[in-house]
Amino acid sequence: MMRFSTLMKHPADWMTGKNTKNEVVITSRIRLARNLSDVPFPGWSKKTERVSTMEKILPAAESLKSMKNGFIHELSDLDALQKQVLVERHLISREQAARGTGSAAIIDRGQRLSLMVNEEDHLRMQAIRPGLKLKEAYGALAKVDEQLEQDLKFAYDQKLGYLTACPTNLGTGMRASVMLHLPALVLTEQIGQVLQAVNKIGFAVRGLFGEGTESLGHLFQISNQSTLGESEQTIISRLERVISQIESHESNARLKMLEDEPNQLSDRVGRAFGTLGYATVFDSKEAFAHISIMRMGAAMGYFPEGTMQACDSMMMDIQPAHLQLHAGAELEPEERDLIRAEILRSRLQKLNAPAISLRTSEHASDLDVTGDLNLENE
Amino acid sequence: MKCDYCDSPATVFYTQAIGDGMKKMNLCDACAADHGLTDGDAYPMVEKIMDDIPEHVELLADDSATVCERCGFSLEDYRKVGRLGCSYCYTTFANEIQGGLEKLHSGITHEGKVPDGIVQDIVREKELQSMRDELEAAIAAEDFEKAAKLRDSIKERES
Repeated sequence: MMRFSTLMKHPADWMTGKNTKNEVVITSRIRLARNLSDVPFPGWSKKTERVSTMEKILPAAESLKSMKNGFIHELSDLDALQKQVLVERHLISREQAARGTGSAAIIDRGQRLSLMVNEEDHLRMQAIRPGLKLKEAYGALAKVDEQLEQDLKFAYDQKLGYLTACPTNLGTGMRASVMLHLPALVLTEQIGQVLQAVNKIGFAVRGLFGEGTESLGHLFQISNQSTLGESEQTIISRLERVISQIESHESNARLKMLEDEPNQLSDRVGRAFGTLGYATVFDSKEAFAHISIMRMGAAMGYFPEGTMQACDSMMMDIQPAHLQLHAGAELEPEERDLIRAEILRSRLQKLNAPAISLRTSEHASDLDVTGDLNLENE
Repeated sequence: MKCDYCDSPATVFYTQAIGDGMKKMNLCDACAADHGLTDGDAYPMVEKIMDDIPEHVELLADDSATVCERCGFSLEDYRKVGRLGCSYCYTTFANEIQGGLEKLHSGITHEGKVPDGIVQDIVREKELQSMRDELEAAIAAEDFEKAAKLRDSIKERES
């Protein structure tokens, strides 16, 4: 069985984002909710019932091919910090992290697939992919679902579909969600309009970590709200169409900034890089804001290849639980801010400074300034 | 289900809608005949009996099912937390839930994936039901040999 430390050593496939177009759409996730038909839902189960549910589901989950040598742990075996790290990696939910005996987390080695036993429902399974790959993620998860159905009898009603603890998940039990990086739409103040339009057509918009969180680092999650009355394919296609549109809005906004105010853009990217490289105290919010701008700069060619992935792992590693795991100790918020800055400074040393080209009104041609910011040419 | 008057199995069922709820009455053949409810003109009688003998009539208001008989979860709990106790609660509190679905979802009928094996289950359940009907008919016709055979094959299929 995979140990927690092994899991932590390897970044998930979707975090490295290799060979995938993920400048704007960072990840695609599909979640399915399933319940056993003959036991009360986890929230209304007695401890003994939860344990017996878990004992029914675990062998079926362990026998999945994709879970070979995977991470399989009862939540009560993990400490609070470990659980929080899994939440920050999007491998378990915050709700699941609050649980203990009778609940379990099963994660495959590539961290692309995770199963939660006795969350709000008996079984919540999730597939995650880099870029806009909802169909691929659903395909993978549907296979898992079919395999599990061989061993487990899921609560299903011909009219209402899969029965879930909360009627908001009824029917397909599917939540398709996409994580978007939309700095240009935020900077050009178009974001409100875009999100409002998305909301109007029945999709939910949330910040980085689900409900009730404000958006950090210009990151937004968009997902379907309705789970009943449409097939999985219809929901996914509808969402993909909307996401593609937002993606091109964001790309256009970036291009427009580059065209209209290239110097201001260079300045933003340069400042972000400078601040990240030299600041000594960083709270999450500020750090995320700078990494976000740097990530956008990387996507627009200001940095060598691989910088965007470096930004993604910085975003992951500066979150509170990751920080404390790194430090090997529980930290007060002020201590975290110091260590966060320390990590960022050391990461930035390994990265190249942005290649800035400044445009001046006197010069028709652009001046290329590569390497360190060199304003003498101005 | 038992007859409201005696312990014989009920074969005659009456349901009357009243306001938001309904009244139900279950009778066996003999008691139904005793009360003159077996011929086609019996309708007015039903109402009279239902009103006359209220102790035999189960009064089901719309939200009379306030607790799920399978898991003990209450309608009040659901109204408080918005979640249900077990999958059977969807049957118990159908009226309450059904009303809210339209607001939550783009439709009220499942259009998505059907679990593997469910189709066979449905076919099997239908076959079983028709065998059970045949069995009752055989018993009624006192064809006990046929009934015994049917009983055995039903048992076999059920296991």
